[in-house]
Amino acid sequence: MSTDSVVSTGTYAPKPGAAPVGRMIAAQTALETRMLLRNGEQLLLTVIIPSLLLVLFSTVDIIDTGTDKAVDFLAPGILALAVLSTAFTGQAIATGFERRYGVLKRLGASPLPRWALMTAKTLSVLVTEVLQIALLTAIALGLGWSPHGDPLSVLLLLVLGTAAFSGLGLLMAGTLKAEATLAAANLVFLLLLVGGGVIVPLAKFPDAARSVLELLPISALSDGLRAVLQDGAALPWGDALTLAVWAVLGLGAAARFFRWE
Amino acid sequence: MNHAPRPLLPEHRIRPPGEAVRAGHRGSAAHVAARHDEPEIAPLITRTGRSGDPGPAPGGPRGLSRLPVMRNESVGSAVQVRGLVKRYGNKTAVDGLDLDVRAGTVTAVLGPNGAGKTTTIETCEGYRKPDDGTVRVLGLDPVADAAALRPRIGVMLQSGGVYSGARADEMLRHMAKLHAHPLDVDALIERLGLGSCGRTTYRRLSGGQQQRLALAMAVVGRPELVFLDEPTAGLDPQARRATWDLVRELRADGVTVVLTTHFMQEAEELADDVAIVDAGRVAAQGSPEQLCRGGAENTLRFTGRAGLDLGSLLKALPDGSSAAEPLPGTYRITGTVDPQLLATVTSWCAQHGVMPDGISVERHTLEDVFLELTGKELRS
Repeated sequence: MSTDSVVSTGTYAPKPGAAPVGRMIAAQTALETRMLLRNGEQLLLTVIIPSLLLVLFSTVDIIDTGTDKAVDFLAPGILALAVLSTAFTGQAIATGFERRYGVLKRLGASPLPRWALMTAKTLSVLVTEVLQIALLTAIALGLGWSPHGDPLSVLLLLVLGTAAFSGLGLLMAGTLKAEATLAAANLVFLLLLVGGGVIVPLAKFPDAARSVLELLPISALSDGLRAVLQDGAALPWGDALTLAVWAVLGLGAAARFFRWE
Repeated sequence: MNHAPRPLLPEHRIRPPGEAVRAGHRGSAAHVAARHDEPEIAPLITRTGRSGDPGPAPGGPRGLSRLPVMRNESVGSAVQVRGLVKRYGNKTAVDGLDLDVRAGTVTAVLGPNGAGKTTTIETCEGYRKPDDGTVRVLGLDPVADAAALRPRIGVMLQSGGVYSGARADEMLRHMAKLHAHPLDVDALIERLGLGSCGRTTYRRLSGGQQQRLALAMAVVGRPELVFLDEPTAGLDPQARRATWDLVRELRADGVTVVLTTHFMQEAEELADDVAIVDAGRVAAQGSPEQLCRGGAENTLRFTGRAGLDLGSLLKALPDGSSAAEPLPGTYRITGTVDPQLLATVTSWCAQHGVMPDGISVERHTLEDVFLELTGKELRS
């Protein structure tokens, strides 16, 4: 019988073992980040659209921002949009399709623990955000932006915003079909772009609408960043609290309802 | 080659002495009694022993010290499933299934579509929690002990499992990084012909390339036990051969393999044990030989001088036998082929001065057994 003729070479002799968890997380983060940066649609969302909006609205007088330099109003909003595009839209779409194509399932049978996978996803989002913020800051400075305020307050707002959007993005990716996630995540991106104080000041909306829109995480993030970066205010606690509540709700719901296959 | 006549000798000694035989309700129960025959001959039968293994297989009464080194604490049993029940809504996918996989062997789980093969495998992999029954894999509970088990097993899903934008080598290198002592990735890429994938991303690979990548991902971590869910579905004959060869090499190196398949030939070529699953239960389990001996009618063939007196031969044979000379000098006897019949034929030959060459017994194919057990109607 043919099995008899196979001689052991020892090549496949079992020697199982998980890599150290730090190494696994580093590898997973690197892979997730590469996947994101390689994806054209994702780059459109995370890099090209925010950059174009920043340049267009800063140089062409389309919207009355109520400031001397439009860029001083726009830059904080575009930073908020960058966080939204990566932590929410990009992560939701990517994770939705990973779930659909069994990537999450396959990794679930690997030595990589689930918490380590989620950590890697978060790190990948943070790495991407650092690249986005560096690029957008450079563009904004080139357009004459003069930021103020405490960088630590800015950092805290960005982290809280990332947590809030990640929770909502993962909730969507883990419960809806991949195609539905794709459509919904893009729609939400567009709606929040328009109605979240990113490029259109919320003051332009009717009072009733405004009081609701102010509770959105994107509004809290863009308003908070603007308070610090434009006006040099101390940490805006109200906005930080709004983001923290969204983060707790979103991450909690994602942890509860996320389906891996 | 699987349908060709098989040599007579190894028939009764396919299982080493003392090895428990879990027979299904049909097929192999009658042969359990044969397992203590001539234990000293057992080492000759290489099909159950690992290469270079001089002693009986794990679980044998003697020679435990001669076993290859196994880190597994439950030497002998790699997978043990008892009374597994799994329901999806009101549909029962698995309904009281028992399965045993001996360490170091290849076990094929064979069954029609919807029989519960994938559900069973995925329960062993820790993806599903049993509704009833117990599952032990390498002595561990796949759900409760998942963290301890996962580094030790390799998994090939039926499809997918790779980032659509990842290149084959990139994904394989990534899987390697999740393990402490991975295989040489370049050698594995070469071995499975994945080098031709180049910079193509997963979604643009051919189905065969995707399958081979999934196989590579299952073995790259040097697992003790691999689960392959339909590893050759959709492969061309060359790729199928390459996959079979890899499975044989895994086995030769002491890796336990559990695979599901629709292909009888695959089970016959690769498996030490076959579990035929139907409607969520194991209809029969045993070696391909044991299962194929389940059928009543077998064929004995030999060659000799042309034009022997078949009438005289037939008189010596028990009722219900038939004898024919389909080609000059080629003889075929059909009936219940047992040692008694063999003795009758050879002594008849001796009386007639005939040297019977190439005596062989042709058994039922696994396909016959499979269709007999699972019925011939089409499945969903």
